[in-house]
Amino acid sequence: MHHTLVALVEDKPGVLNRVASLFRRRNFNIESLTVGRTAEPGISRMTIVIDSDQASAERVTAYLYKLVNVLQVEDLGMVPAVARDLALVKVAVAGHDRGALLRVVDETRAHIVDTGEQTMTLEITGEPPHVDAVISRLEPLGIVEMVRTGQVAMRRGDTALSAAQYS
Amino acid sequence: MPTRTGAQIIWECLVNEEVHTVFGYPGGAILPAYDAMLDYPVRHVLVRHEQGATHMADGFARAGGGVGVAMATSGPGATNMVTGIATAMMDSSPIVCITGQVPGKLIGYDAFQETDITGITLPITKHSYLVTRAEDIMPAMKEAFHLAKSGRPGPVLVDITKDAQQASVEWMWDPRPVQMRGYRSDLPVTREDLARAAALIRGTRRPVILVGQGVIQSGATRELLALAERIDAPIAMTLLGLGGVPASHPLNLGMMGMHGEAWVNHAIQEADLLLAFGMRFDDRVTGNVKTYAPHAKKIHVDIDPSEINKNVRADAAIVADLRETLVDLLDVLEPADHEGWLAHIDGMKGDAAVRDIQKLPDTGHLYAAHVINDIWRITGGNAVVVTDVGQHQMWEAQYYHHEVPRSLITSGGLGTMGFALPAAIGAKIARPDAEVWAIVGDGGFQMTQAELATAAQEGIKINVAIINNGYLGMVRQWQEFFYERRYAATPLRSPDFLKIADAHGLEGFRAEKRSQVNDVVERARAADGTALIDFRVEQEDSVYPMVPAGADLHAMIRRPERTVLAETGADPV
Ligand SMILES: Cc1ncc(C[n+]2csc(CCOP(=O)(O)OP(=O)(O)O)c2C)c(N)n1
Ligand SMILES: [Mg+2]
Repeated sequence: MHHTLVALVEDKPGVLNRVASLFRRRNFNIESLTVGRTAEPGISRMTIVIDSDQASAERVTAYLYKLVNVLQVEDLGMVPAVARDLALVKVAVAGHDRGALLRVVDETRAHIVDTGEQTMTLEITGEPPHVDAVISRLEPLGIVEMVRTGQVAMRRGDTALSAAQYS
Repeated sequence: MPTRTGAQIIWECLVNEEVHTVFGYPGGAILPAYDAMLDYPVRHVLVRHEQGATHMADGFARAGGGVGVAMATSGPGATNMVTGIATAMMDSSPIVCITGQVPGKLIGYDAFQETDITGITLPITKHSYLVTRAEDIMPAMKEAFHLAKSGRPGPVLVDITKDAQQASVEWMWDPRPVQMRGYRSDLPVTREDLARAAALIRGTRRPVILVGQGVIQSGATRELLALAERIDAPIAMTLLGLGGVPASHPLNLGMMGMHGEAWVNHAIQEADLLLAFGMRFDDRVTGNVKTYAPHAKKIHVDIDPSEINKNVRADAAIVADLRETLVDLLDVLEPADHEGWLAHIDGMKGDAAVRDIQKLPDTGHLYAAHVINDIWRITGGNAVVVTDVGQHQMWEAQYYHHEVPRSLITSGGLGTMGFALPAAIGAKIARPDAEVWAIVGDGGFQMTQAELATAAQEGIKINVAIINNGYLGMVRQWQEFFYERRYAATPLRSPDFLKIADAHGLEGFRAEKRSQVNDVVERARAADGTALIDFRVEQEDSVYPMVPAGADLHAMIRRPERTVLAETGADPV
């Protein structure tokens, strides 16, 4: 089962390394990991997706809390949440019908963000399964290059994850 | 504001943290700190290998209850500390390691003696700092000490660049307590957790209390005994818990786990409630977790939340300081009586006590268990004993009966050979008035025997008992039991240990018969400086009972009948 863990961490040198190293050391597989700033200065937010059972997700949450630079951890698998993934996909267009590609774009809310002579680059944003689905429709057309950001996520409703209580 | 160099700030901080002794070894990247040291009232113990410095700091911390400090240069100095840091991490021992680092502008360029020591030690430290500016030294040092000793203690590394040591800044000691946003060490006992635990305790008929090092670290011996007596529950000890409860207390069953006595492990397997206090259900304690204490509900009290539900699922958990938890439990628990259960456990002892090697008469052979039991008797059980790792370590746990906390110091979690001699030196410096014994195998002694020179140079008086069986005994035992006696790489030819002692200007003694033990032990005790005894013990003796690794806790290899007992008909000793 997939667990999406969100961690608020102090923005200090080596923190990403500590978090990544923890997952390696405790024998967890990271499916995706993203880091970015938050609205609070000095605080970064990590979104980590792992494939594990419930007990292991609880265990890794406890380990994350042991890291001195980790302020707060939330398992978004446990609460209603919005999740987004973004992919840029460069698809070959030379030598075959652009119509097929444009149909995919039309039907999937993908955007064309660049057009070359041989290729077109699409941006796909959405829940990770949506991005997966679009990519599998593009595969037969010939994907030349692809990048995904990995998932970011946030709890639905008015409750906000904040490090303010730790200041 | 006065001006200080980074190097001076290091010592200012150490003095403010009430550090009187630093164990270390100099080198290029830490030279500014060593130069500044001469102006501060701190004793420096020059070790012979940086691993020794970390074990000394560790032994110092465990014996005295404070924080041990080790210092080394960059590169090889720092990497030599790795084993000692990992040892301290596994056994939650509070040490601070200070290393020099190449100048900041050279970091990342593979400069001479550059090594990424914060990277290398990331998974084996509680936390670490790479400090590149003089003004950052004090915050890092203050946090390092706070982290090392608070919550679940552990090693903290502070790596300081040479230019940060050399730079001068305006500086004053900041006496305010450390505030760290993401660190909580003082979690309170919650009412609900307490109620759940108390309810389980009220309903139990076959309780067993499991005592780990947490009892020692939180200073909870008195409260623990009060609780055990109140609810009339027997106590089983982990290796690191030994001393946390007096061995002579009638409710103390002794050590559990791989080399615990059969009745202790059987009591756990038959229990309906385990009260785990400051222990972590290590695999050496549980055996096969799937069949571990199958009838028991578990109450787990630990200061580290990540230990709850890690190895064994808890039915009630309290994440808090153990002593505070016990005080709260004592407030709500009424007296109980488990006479039948205690009698049942007593009945399980059966003939095990009779088979015990202590009952074996003197046949002219020298058994390690006899040696250790004799040292216990002669020292009145009052020594601080530091062991190495192997058979002698388990015999120590079985035959030296510890009455008070911090009287046994041993590498449990990592099982680090070479620990005993340096850790004993550290222990003696922490407790100058204590009688300190290192009990060490012929193998492990040779791993760090260079520290004899440290003891000699520093004029430190400890007693070193080498349990010399001519083998890497514990590994040989596994080969005997599980590898058809194929003794691959375990026979050990050692140097003449008395000559080694002599070469250091230290006294050395030898015993080959039981009748000689008393004399050599007394002579070692009477020696002015560190004294060493070479005990030539039975070579192929084994530690019993034994639960093979991963086997069910109740499936142990029993102690064999010593036929010689029947043959000689001599009086048991
Ligand atoms: C540094 C290190 N290397 C290897 C081991 C594996 N090991 C555990 S016990 C042991 C034998 C120890 O022999 P000795 O010191 O003579 O003690 P004995 O078991 O004979 O009492 C070994 C090799 C270890 N624990 N630590
Ligand atoms: Mg040996």
